[in-house]
Amino acid sequence: MRPVKAVRDPAPSRLAYRVQRWLLTPLFRKALLWGLPVAILAASGAAYISDEARREAIAAGFAELRRSIEERPEFMVRLMAIDGASDEVAEDIREIVPVDFPLSSFDLDLPAIREQVQTLDAVARAEVRIRAGGVLQVDIAERIPALVWRSRNGLELIDAEGRRVAALNERMARADLPLVAGPGGDVAAAEALELLATAEPVRDRLRGLLRVGERRWDVVLDRDQRILLPEQGAVSALEQVLALDEARDLLERDVLVVDMRLPHRPTLRLADHAVEELRRIRSISFGAD
Amino acid sequence: MTDLYQSQRAMRSMRRAAMHRGVIAVLDIGSSKIACLILRFDGPQQFPDEAGVGSLAGQSSFRVIGAATTRSRGVKLGEIHAMQETERAIRTAVQAAQKMANVRVDHAIACFSGGQPRSYGLAGEADIQGGQVGEADVAHVLAACDVPDYGDGRDVLHAQPVNFALDHRSGLADPRGQNGQRLACDMHMLTIDTKAIQNILYCIKRCDLELAGLASSAYVSGVSSLVEDEQELGAACIDMGGGTTGLSIFMKKHMIYADTVRLGGDHVTLDISKGLQIPMATAERIKTFHGGLVATGMDDREMIELGRDTGDWELDRRTVSRAELIGIMRPRVEEILEEVRARLDAAGFEHLPSQQIVLTGGGSQVPGLDGLAPKILGQQVRIGRPLRVQGLPQAATGAAFSSSVGLCLFAAHPQDEWWDFEIPVDGLGGRSLRRAVKWFKDNW
Repeated sequence: MRPVKAVRDPAPSRLAYRVQRWLLTPLFRKALLWGLPVAILAASGAAYISDEARREAIAAGFAELRRSIEERPEFMVRLMAIDGASDEVAEDIREIVPVDFPLSSFDLDLPAIREQVQTLDAVARAEVRIRAGGVLQVDIAERIPALVWRSRNGLELIDAEGRRVAALNERMARADLPLVAGPGGDVAAAEALELLATAEPVRDRLRGLLRVGERRWDVVLDRDQRILLPEQGAVSALEQVLALDEARDLLERDVLVVDMRLPHRPTLRLADHAVEELRRIRSISFGAD
Repeated sequence: MTDLYQSQRAMRSMRRAAMHRGVIAVLDIGSSKIACLILRFDGPQQFPDEAGVGSLAGQSSFRVIGAATTRSRGVKLGEIHAMQETERAIRTAVQAAQKMANVRVDHAIACFSGGQPRSYGLAGEADIQGGQVGEADVAHVLAACDVPDYGDGRDVLHAQPVNFALDHRSGLADPRGQNGQRLACDMHMLTIDTKAIQNILYCIKRCDLELAGLASSAYVSGVSSLVEDEQELGAACIDMGGGTTGLSIFMKKHMIYADTVRLGGDHVTLDISKGLQIPMATAERIKTFHGGLVATGMDDREMIELGRDTGDWELDRRTVSRAELIGIMRPRVEEILEEVRARLDAAGFEHLPSQQIVLTGGGSQVPGLDGLAPKILGQQVRIGRPLRVQGLPQAATGAAFSSSVGLCLFAAHPQDEWWDFEIPVDGLGGRSLRRAVKWFKDNW
């Protein structure tokens, strides 16, 4: 017998025909091939993330991973090396840098450490970097004290720019540095150094400089002699006085004050005894007696 | 009439939209097969005219990117007989072609041979306003053609201006821009059964396609099978299809007559089936493998097995000689050709300067037709194959695809039809408006 089977209809059904036409539509096809998978992935990802516990677990896992990488021995810093600083300054630095070694280099905030080191008065410039071998290298340029400044708060060392370097307990500890006194003496440190250089001829007599009214300088010599300098042109005024001294031994005489505050009208104040002596000599020369 | 005008114009605008989209489907709805070709239009800028090389008769602007054929179901004598079946067959063809082209088509141009086409020759005359023939004058003269009463339930499928005469000069192809007094025009009109068109429209709509044009398959197979000088000098194309045999007469590159004979290859198959008592499918196979029209002594000895599976050995092992087969086929083919001859005589074909006859279509592939046809149709007969178009698969280049290929050419370059010209404004009260404008021009 012949097998009885239905003849297959080669024609597509209306639905199959339409589906094929949709799939041949470029936009629909793209949406199906790309948009749908992306949407499914995004939706499933969002569903997974939406649970609080999972989010935390992911964050914790991530932090753990980060920690484990950061704490690898290659990234650990074990000690701090300080170059270019005296022992006291180095000690200060070690004190103020709040780092407990060993520490991961990822946890070190080098700019902050540098800022902190530079807050020290004795430090002019600091460079902080991590050297190979796990060493925190701190390169220091120290301030060089140029003057001793006596103020109300006591003795202080200041550098050529007038910045404080350190406190000083007694004057004789740094007898090699000249003394400056008076409020505002640190601000005008540069001018003071200039005056001190000019006063080199009377160096052995010089006791120090005194800032008066935060505007001008007095040069104080021994025997309480003073040279009062003007606000402007202090150096030239001092040179003038020193020239007088060289020519006429002005400062050797019994003069208390050389007042150069008005540079075109220098004034001398003599000691009482000298005044009397002068009057006596004048009267003799006039033939009064 | 206005209704038809509107629907045809709508189809034309649909065709323009399809051109803009660049993809259009061509559907040949025949009685034995339904073919779907998908064309891609690259536009003229794709292939700029190189020096000396023309655009290959204008065909280089499109390319066939999908082709599919399926056995026709539900179509008899070129007319739709079972809607659902036809719709399924169209769907099969369109889907396969889309799959091959990998593109979706929304517009289709269809051709079919049924609906009993009738040709009418129309003539019209009109005065020219302003001395120079313009587009409006052409429209005017086309509208002035006296339309015969072609009966209820029929629709105009083609209405092509064939010839223009300006004053006493006739034979103008394009009178626009010329000066004259009176313009006359000859128009060829083809009407077919409205029901047939409506059925086709319904089927195509059910397949989610928009119809961008309709053509008679006799016309389009003439477009593809006749070479240029045959179209110019006068020739008849006889498209021997499955259910019908279409004939179209061309002159001066215009179709001037079309008709169908409602006989075709299916009738030959039916004769074989009846004569040899075998199923239609077997008869079709025997016809295509062993068929012929001229018997020789050799054919008496060539035995053909008529395999059947009834279980009766005597019945299943019968053989017939090829001569017997030829004896069945030949009278039917002669009948078809004689019927064609009668139609050609009725159309006055013998008055044409050249009486070339080109046989094409699947039925023209019967061996021996080139010997038989001259005896009935006259000496100038040749078997024609359609033009080659770019990208057409080898399997679709045979004579059976002449109307599909012609439809491709029709889609690319449709001939001007009556509805390609603006409807004259006379009927819309435009005359008074124009008079008002004229009054303004004269007085201001």
